[in-house]
Amino acid sequence: MITGALLSATDLGMIRGERILFRNVSLAAHAGEAIVLRGANGAGKTTLLRILAGLTRPETGSVDRAASHHWIAHREGLKPHETPRTHLGLWARAWGAPTDQIDAVLKKMVLIRPSDVSARHLSAGQRRRTALARLLLQERPVWLLDEPLTALDADGRELLLSMISEHRLRGGAIIAAIHGDAGFDSSREVTI
Amino acid sequence: MSASPILSAFRQALTEAWAGGAGALMPLGFFAGAAVLVPLGIGTDPTTLRAVGPGILWVALALASLVTLERIFQADVEDGALDLWLQTGAPASMIAAAKAFAHWLTAGLPLAILSPIFALMFQAKADTSLLAHMGLYALGGLAFFFWGGVGAALSATVRRGGLLISLIALPLYVPTAIFGALAMSGGPGSTGAPLFLAASTLFALAVAPFAMGAALRLAAD
Amino acid sequence: MFSWFANPHRFLTLSSWLAPVCYALGALLIAWGLWQGLWIVPKDEYQGGDIMRVMFLHVPAAWLAMASYMGMAMMSFIWFIWRHEVADIAAKAIAPLGATWTALCLATGSIWGKPTWGTWWQWDDARMMSVLFMFFLFLGYMALRAAMDTRQKAARAGAILAMVGAINVPLIKFSVDLFTSLHQDASVITVDGPKMAAVYLWPLLASGLGHSLLFAGLVMTLMRAEIWQRRAAQIRARLMAGD
Repeated sequence: MITGALLSATDLGMIRGERILFRNVSLAAHAGEAIVLRGANGAGKTTLLRILAGLTRPETGSVDRAASHHWIAHREGLKPHETPRTHLGLWARAWGAPTDQIDAVLKKMVLIRPSDVSARHLSAGQRRRTALARLLLQERPVWLLDEPLTALDADGRELLLSMISEHRLRGGAIIAAIHGDAGFDSSREVTI
Repeated sequence: MSASPILSAFRQALTEAWAGGAGALMPLGFFAGAAVLVPLGIGTDPTTLRAVGPGILWVALALASLVTLERIFQADVEDGALDLWLQTGAPASMIAAAKAFAHWLTAGLPLAILSPIFALMFQAKADTSLLAHMGLYALGGLAFFFWGGVGAALSATVRRGGLLISLIALPLYVPTAIFGALAMSGGPGSTGAPLFLAASTLFALAVAPFAMGAALRLAAD
Repeated sequence: MFSWFANPHRFLTLSSWLAPVCYALGALLIAWGLWQGLWIVPKDEYQGGDIMRVMFLHVPAAWLAMASYMGMAMMSFIWFIWRHEVADIAAKAIAPLGATWTALCLATGSIWGKPTWGTWWQWDDARMMSVLFMFFLFLGYMALRAAMDTRQKAARAGAILAMVGAINVPLIKFSVDLFTSLHQDASVITVDGPKMAAVYLWPLLASGLGHSLLFAGLVMTLMRAEIWQRRAAQIRARLMAGD
C-alpha cells in the first residue's frame, strides 16, 4: 500500500515550437482522489496527461509515478481488425493479466453482443467502451483519462461514472482532462 | 522486465499484417509486378536476363520492403496503439524489433521463398543454388526490413511518409544489396560475400532496434 | 570544452568576428590556390592534361564532403547526449552546405572523369559511389528535418538519423570498396596516391584549407541566422500569448 501520492508532478513546463504551452504546473493524486484538468482547447491538457503518463518529455519539472497507471485517450489503441474480445485478450496477455476474466469484463461493459465484431464495424460508442474495458483487466491505482466521456451514450456515461466511483472507493486515483460537466465530484481542478 | 509485451506486440503485428494487407499477397504482387516489368523494359535476351536476374530480384525485394513498411509504425501512431505499447514497460527498441520481425515474416520471407520461381523466369538454371539464393534473399530481406524500419519509425508522424522512408533507407540498403548480389554473381570475391551479408544483417539486427526505439519515443512525444 | 561554446550568446559574440576572418582568409587561400593551380603549376599529362587542374576544386570538395558529414554526426551526438542547443543549430546548418560541397565533389569528379575515363559516371569507382551515398544521406537528413512539425522534433529525428548514418558509413564504404575492387578494369588514377608531385601539394593544401575556412564561415553565418530566427519566433510567440 502506497501512503503518499500515487502520482505527483512538480513544476511541469512545456514548450511546443516556440510557444509556451504551460508552466509551473504541480499536482499530486492521492488514494480516492479525482483531479480534473481544465483549460481551453489547445491549452495543453492532453500534453499534460501525456507527460504524466511518461509519453512526452516535459521541458521542465518532473513526474513521480509511485503506482502503475491505465491510459485511456482520444485515440483508443484499437486496431481495425481487432474485435473487443481479441483486443482485451491481447492486452491482458501483454500485461500479464488473467485472460479468463474477459467474458466478465465484456459483460460488464455491455460488449457481449458485438464482442466478435471487428473494430472497423463498431460504433464510436462501442469502440470507446472497448477501450474503457482495459481499465478492468488489471487493477492499477492511477487512471489517466483524456476526455473519457466522448462518444458515450447515457448508459455508457452512467457505466463509466460508476466505474470511476468504484475505483476511487477501492483507493484508486483519477486524473482526467474533461471539457464541460465531469459528472462526478472532483477533489481538485487544475486549470492550465 | 517480462517478455510478454514483446510477444504480444509481435502477435499483433502478425495479425495486423495479415488482416490489413492481405498478408503476403500484396507485397508479393508488387514484387512480381516490379520483376516482370524488367524483361519488358530491357528485352528478352536470355543471356542478359540470366545475368541481371538476381540483381533485379534484390531491387524488387528492397522496393517491396519499402512499400510495406510505410504503414507499420504510422498506423500505431494514428490509432493510439503506440501509446499503449510504450507504456508496457518493455523497451521501445524491443517492441519495434518485434514488429519489424513480424512484418519481415509476413512480407519479406514469402518473397524469398518464392524467389526460385522468379529466378526461373529470369532464365536461371534449375539447380540447388536457387535454394541457397532463397536463404540469401531471406537474410538480406531481414536487413532491409530493419533498416527500413528505422526510416518508417522516423517518419511515423509524417503524412505521406513513403518517399521519406525511401530516401532515408536507401543508403542504408547499399551494403546488403551489394553483398547479396555479389554472393550470387559467382564471380571473384563471391565466396566471402555470404558471410559479409550475414554480418551486415547481424549489424542491422543489433543497431536498428535502438534507432527505431528512439524514433518511436519521438513519434509519441 | 564544448559546453563553453554551447551558450548561444557566447557563440554570437565569437562568430561575429570569427566568421568574417574565416571568409577573408578562406578567400585569400582559395584565390592563391586556384591561381597557382590553374596558371602556374605544370599540367600532368598522365592525369589527363589540363583537365587535372580541376583537382584544386575536386579534392577540397571531397575532403569537405567527408568532414562535413562527420561534423554533422558529431554535433548530432553532442546534442543527443547533452542537449546543447547550439550543437543542433550547427548540425542543421552543416547539412545544406555539406550537401552542396558533396554535389560539387560529384560534379567536378564527373567532369574530370569524362576525358580521363571516357565516361561521365564510373560505377567502378569506389570513391564516387561512396560520395554519392553520402549525398543521399544529406538529402534524407534535410528532408526528415523539414518534415517534422516542431524544431525540437526536427532536432531529435535529425540526430537519430545522422548517428545511424554515421555508423553505417564504414559499412557502406567497405561494401562499395569490395564491389568495385572486383572490376579490375577500373582506372588506376589515384589523386592522393604517392605519385602526387610536390609542386601540386602547396596549392592543394591552400585550396583545401581555404575551402574549409569558407565552409566554417558559412556554417557560422547560417547558425547566426538560425539563432536570430529562433529568437524572433520566441518573441512572436510571446507577443501572441500576450505576456
